[in-house]
Amino acid sequence: MAEARRSVKARRWAALAAGRLRRSAALLAASIAALLALHLASGGSARALAAAVAAVLLVALVSSGRRAPPPPAEPAQPLRGDTGGLTVENLAAAVADPLILGDARGAVLIANRAAVAAFGEMRPGLSLLLKFRAPEMQLLLETMISPKPEPASIDYVDRLPFERVFRVNAQPVGHATGMFVLLFKDQSEARRIERMRADFIANASHELRTPLAAISGFVETLRGPARNDAAARDRFLQIMQDQTARMARLIEDLLSLSRLEMKAPALAGKTVELSAVVDSVVETLRTLALDSGVEIDNLFGAAPIEIAGDRDELFQIFQNLVENACKYGRSGGRVQISRVIGAGRNEIGVEIRDFGPGIAAEHIPRITERFYRIDVESSRLQKGTGLGLSIVKHIVSRHKGRLAIASELGKGAAFTVYLPTS
Amino acid sequence: MTIMPSHHIVSSYDDELKYLTRKIAAMGGHAERMVDQAVTAMVHGDAELARQIVSDDLFLDEAQRAIDERTISIIARRQPLASDLREVIGAIRIAADLERVGDLGKNVAKRAITIRHGMDPTSPFRGLRALADLALTQLKEVLDVYASRNVERLSETRDRDEQIDAMFTSVFRELLTYMMEDPRNIAPCTHLLFCAKNIERIGDHATNIAEAIFYIVTGEQLPPNRPKVDVSTEIGSAPGNL
Repeated sequence: MAEARRSVKARRWAALAAGRLRRSAALLAASIAALLALHLASGGSARALAAAVAAVLLVALVSSGRRAPPPPAEPAQPLRGDTGGLTVENLAAAVADPLILGDARGAVLIANRAAVAAFGEMRPGLSLLLKFRAPEMQLLLETMISPKPEPASIDYVDRLPFERVFRVNAQPVGHATGMFVLLFKDQSEARRIERMRADFIANASHELRTPLAAISGFVETLRGPARNDAAARDRFLQIMQDQTARMARLIEDLLSLSRLEMKAPALAGKTVELSAVVDSVVETLRTLALDSGVEIDNLFGAAPIEIAGDRDELFQIFQNLVENACKYGRSGGRVQISRVIGAGRNEIGVEIRDFGPGIAAEHIPRITERFYRIDVESSRLQKGTGLGLSIVKHIVSRHKGRLAIASELGKGAAFTVYLPTS
Repeated sequence: MTIMPSHHIVSSYDDELKYLTRKIAAMGGHAERMVDQAVTAMVHGDAELARQIVSDDLFLDEAQRAIDERTISIIARRQPLASDLREVIGAIRIAADLERVGDLGKNVAKRAITIRHGMDPTSPFRGLRALADLALTQLKEVLDVYASRNVERLSETRDRDEQIDAMFTSVFRELLTYMMEDPRNIAPCTHLLFCAKNIERIGDHATNIAEAIFYIVTGEQLPPNRPKVDVSTEIGSAPGNL
C-alpha cells in the first residue's frame, strides 16, 4: 500500500515537471542556445556549460506555475458552439413540457418548473421510483437505473386528481454518467375528445334502446297473453306508436346535430329578418301551445331587424326554446317573447320567458349538455330527446351569438339568445 | 484498510432499507391501479378487465411476503435502532395495509364479473366512481408523502377521510332508494353496496398508512382526532328515515 502511494506521488511529480517545462519551452530553448553560443565564443569548459544548462532547467522547474495574466479577450464574434456558461438548469427551464433529470439511483437532480406544476413538489433527491408508482413507470425507471439503460417511451396515465395522459420519453444522457432524462408530453386533450365521443355514442345508444325495449316488450305481450284482448291491443299499439315517434325524433335530432357539426358555418352573405322568423315560429307552435294550455305572448314587435344568419337554423333555435317553454313552463300558463337590446353592443337579444317551476341553480350550467336532464321522467313525458338545448347552443355559437339562461326556482325561466347585428 | 469493509456494510444496509421503500412504492402503484381498474370494470361491465385484475393480485401478495421476509432478516442481522427501526416496522405495517387494499380491489373486480346490470347504467355507478376517486386521491396523497417525507401534508389527507364517509353515506342512501323502487334492482344494488363499502375501507387503510408514515418520520403518533361522519349505520332503522 505504502509503495503504491509512493509511485503515485512520483508519477504526479513527473507530470507536473513536464507540464512546467512544456509551458516555458520557447524561453528554455532560447536560454540554452544563448549558453551554447557563449560557450563556443569563450571556449569555456564542457562542465561549466552542463552546470549552466542544469541551472536554467532547475529555475524553470522550480519557478511557480503562475503565469502572466492572459491578454484581455478580444471582443470578437462568439465561437460557434460557445454556450456562454449555459447550465443544465437553464436548458431545463427553457423546455415547456415537464422535464426531469434523474441520477443513477433514480433520484431527482433537476426538475423544471413545468414538472413541478404537473406533479407537485419535486425537490432534488426525491426518489422517482417512490413518486411515480404506476407499474409501467416503475418498469421504465428500473430500466433507466439498470447498468444498461436503453431509450424508451411509454404512455403514463395519471387519473387523479384529474385525468392526465402523458407520453413519457426516457433517455440516458452523457457517456456512462448514469443520468437520464424524462420528458413528459401532455396528451390529455386528445384523450378527452376521444372520451367525449365514446360517451356520446354510449348515451345515444342508451336513449335509443329504451323505447326499443318498450316496443319489443309490448310486441311480446300482444303475441302472447293479450292476443285476444282488443282494448289492450289498442292501448299497446298506441304506446308503440308513441315510442317509435320518440325514436324518430331522437334520430332526427341526432342527425341535425351531426349536420351542424359537419357543416362549416356558411353564413357569409345570408341575411334574415328576425321578427319574421319569430312570427313564423309563434304561428307554427300555436296549436301545441293551445294543447298544453299555454298562451304565447309575442312582444317582439314587428320592427324589422336584419341579421346575418341562416333562416332554417334560427327557426330551429326559437322553435326549440318556445317549445321547451310551453312544455316545462305550462303551469305558468303563459310564455312571453320579448326584445332585449344588448348593453352597448351591436347585438339583439330575443328573450323567451316562462312562468313555470323554474330551474335549480345547480342544473343551469349543465342543461345545454347532450342528454342532460333535470328530471328524466318529466322529460320523457314531454317527449324530450335531451338534445334540444344542445342544438340551440350549437346554432347560437355558429352565429357568433350567445345564450343566457336566468332562472330561479318557483319564478320561471328566461332563455335569451343574443345575436350580433350587422 | 480497516475502514473500507465497514463502509461497505453500511452501504448494503442502506440498500436493504432502500429495497423496502421501493418495494412499498411498487406495491402502492399496483394497489392504486387495481382499485382504479376494478371500478372501471364495474362501471363499464368489463368482465375481461375484471378477471385480469383478480389475477394481478398475486403481485401484491408476493411483494408483501418479500417485505416480511426482508424485514425479519434486517432485524435479525442489523438490529436496527431509532429511525431505522421505525422505517422497518413502518414498512411491515404499510405493506399489510396495501395488501388489504389490493384484496378490496380484487373483491370489487369479482363483483364486476358477477353483476349484470340491467339498471340505468349511469346513476348509481357515477356515485361509486366519485367515491373511488376520493379514496384513491387519499391513497395517492399518502403515498406521495411516503416519497417526500413531508408529513405536514398528512393533515389534509385526514380531512379527506370525512369526505369519503359523507360520500359513502350518500351512495348508501341512493342504492337503498333504487332497491325500494324496483325489487329487480336488489341483486345488483347489493353488490354495489358491498363495493362501496370496500372502497370506503380503502380510505380507512390510507389513513392507517398515513399514521404509519407519521410515526416513521417523527417517532410520534398522530393525535387521535377522528370524527366519524359515516351515518349510514343509522339509515333505514325507522320507516321514513331515509
